Amino acid sequence: MSSENRSYHGQPVIKEPTWTWEIPFYFFTGGLAGASAGLAYLSDLRGNEVLARRAWTGAMVGIGMSPLFLISDLGRPMRFLNMLRMFKVTSPMSVGSWILSASGATTMLATANAWTGLFPRSARFVRPAAALLGLPLSTYTAALIANTAVPVWHEARRMLPFVFGSGAGLSAGAAAVIATPPEHAAPARRLAVASAALELASNEVMKRQLGEHGEPYKRGAPSKFSHLTQALVVGGAALLLRRGQSSRGAAIAAGSMLCAGALSARWTVFKAGFQSAADPDYVVGPQRRMIEQDERRGASRRVSQVREVQLDKGSPATAPLPLSAP
Amino acid sequence: MGSGRNGGAQLETVAWPGSYGEHAKPRMGFFTDTSVCIGCKACEVACKEWNQIPMRSGPHSPSFTGKSYDNTIDLGADTWRHVAFIEQKAPARVVGRLPAEVGDGASLVQSAARAQAVDGGVQTYQEADGFRWLMASDVCKHCTHAACLDVCPTGALFRTEYGTVVVQEDICNGCGYCVPACPFGVLDQREGDGRVWKCTLCYDRLKDDKEPACAQACPTNSIQFGELSDLHERAEHRLAHLQQAGQDKAQLYLADADDGIGGAGAFFLLLDEPEVYGLPPDPVDTRRDLGEIWAAAGAAAVALGVGLAAAVFGGRK
Repeated sequence: MSSENRSYHGQPVIKEPTWTWEIPFYFFTGGLAGASAGLAYLSDLRGNEVLARRAWTGAMVGIGMSPLFLISDLGRPMRFLNMLRMFKVTSPMSVGSWILSASGATTMLATANAWTGLFPRSARFVRPAAALLGLPLSTYTAALIANTAVPVWHEARRMLPFVFGSGAGLSAGAAAVIATPPEHAAPARRLAVASAALELASNEVMKRQLGEHGEPYKRGAPSKFSHLTQALVVGGAALLLRRGQSSRGAAIAAGSMLCAGALSARWTVFKAGFQSAADPDYVVGPQRRMIEQDERRGASRRVSQVREVQLDKGSPATAPLPLSAP
Repeated sequence: MGSGRNGGAQLETVAWPGSYGEHAKPRMGFFTDTSVCIGCKACEVACKEWNQIPMRSGPHSPSFTGKSYDNTIDLGADTWRHVAFIEQKAPARVVGRLPAEVGDGASLVQSAARAQAVDGGVQTYQEADGFRWLMASDVCKHCTHAACLDVCPTGALFRTEYGTVVVQEDICNGCGYCVPACPFGVLDQREGDGRVWKCTLCYDRLKDDKEPACAQACPTNSIQFGELSDLHERAEHRLAHLQQAGQDKAQLYLADADDGIGGAGAFFLLLDEPEVYGLPPDPVDTRRDLGEIWAAAGAAAVALGVGLAAAVFGGRK
């Protein structure tokens, strides 16, 4: 079949998302908040209070900005509370809304406690709760976009949460590196560097697993964001490894580059989805090939289930008119 | 039909008929027989009038597209029926293959077959010249497994007592999740309004025992409305008729329970592959992979927790 037959006047088959710039920013702030809460809680356990307080602050900033981005993206922002109208496990956005709400409440309390010592009794519960909730908060956004008809997202469903999880660790580590004096920031540096490597590696694995579905990453905006991500993450990690321990200035610069890299990585995935949805070849091509290889039956059937055709049971348009009877 | 892919039963959805109990109505739907569509767009207009759908605005405001007779182009928030126009060069088919007259050497049987093909509405004069028009009125499929409904976080999208899928405009907050979730690109956000809109299968008219506006306006019965089980039976006869008349690409689309969406409430008879009409050849409800998706998100969350612990405890303080 020629390519002109594969589409209807080159029109897209599925709709591009209506989501705007707030969403990739939310992917970033949500991951930052989620992984920072975990880093903060564990640092507390380890007895590194300086790092813990700063990581709690990072978590609070992230969790504070997240709902603003999300509400601003709604078509009807005043109706944001409808998100908590029900709990639906079939909708990662519904599950995520509840995780974000619980995460927000516990993180706020835990951060207040870390800096002021207030709420000591509830802190014993909310600190580990915030840390635990932060983990799914960091990865459910990947489930959300994987659970769509957009091929470049849906076909990456096994790998995408690991990409987002790495990005969350990277954001939290980098933000803590910026905010913490170098002598207290060793765990944050380890987290940032290891996550940087995982971010780049998981992206590569994802693109490879995607095969022909991964085409959108190779051109246009996703390709540009991908190159920007690599430069920022590699540069930031190198600077952090070489000078992050000795120079506060270098640590701040490296942390900023890594945060920007994590944000750029979210933009890469976000933009790839739009490109994947906009081109009918990306949607129809792989579906057609699966049918041709007999791996899927498709949605069409050419063989009728009836043998004896009765015209009066077909279309009324072609059924014999009652008037024509003698 | 009885046996076959649907097992003779009506296609059951998660919520219908079970959750409606004795209030459940028969599952209603559309059979859109594109072989008799004349591209009049009466369905588009009737739909717009009855449902009081505004003109498109923003980047999709009305314009001349230069794409055959189609200036509507796709389904969306402000278009719930869309007539596709395809001008297709096609090899001469039945009419061309069959000798026309007995005098031209045709047997009586061949001549009769040709007459039947022409009378059956299967052939056009143009087609004999190696050209044909394909016209098709597209609409929301009211899937048996509806991705839009599954992903809607507010419950604005719901399954009605007729087995159809409807957006409640007083609940939708315009989160936009259903837009990329739909494997057919049916739903979209309305510019300046913020909410998503789509075909309701005229839920209001159904409640008054009226047929949907598009089906009532269709002059050729290309759009047939009725109980889904009746429509399936009609469609099988129509498909058999077209196949016998030599339309070997004639196919029923979304008529079977074992396709990627569990069959549709609005299914189609097409004269070419679905992608020619802008329809996906193998649409899949994303919920099919939801277990895998949640498992991966859970595993990644655990991995992140392990990674955080390793970073904090795996070296000096």
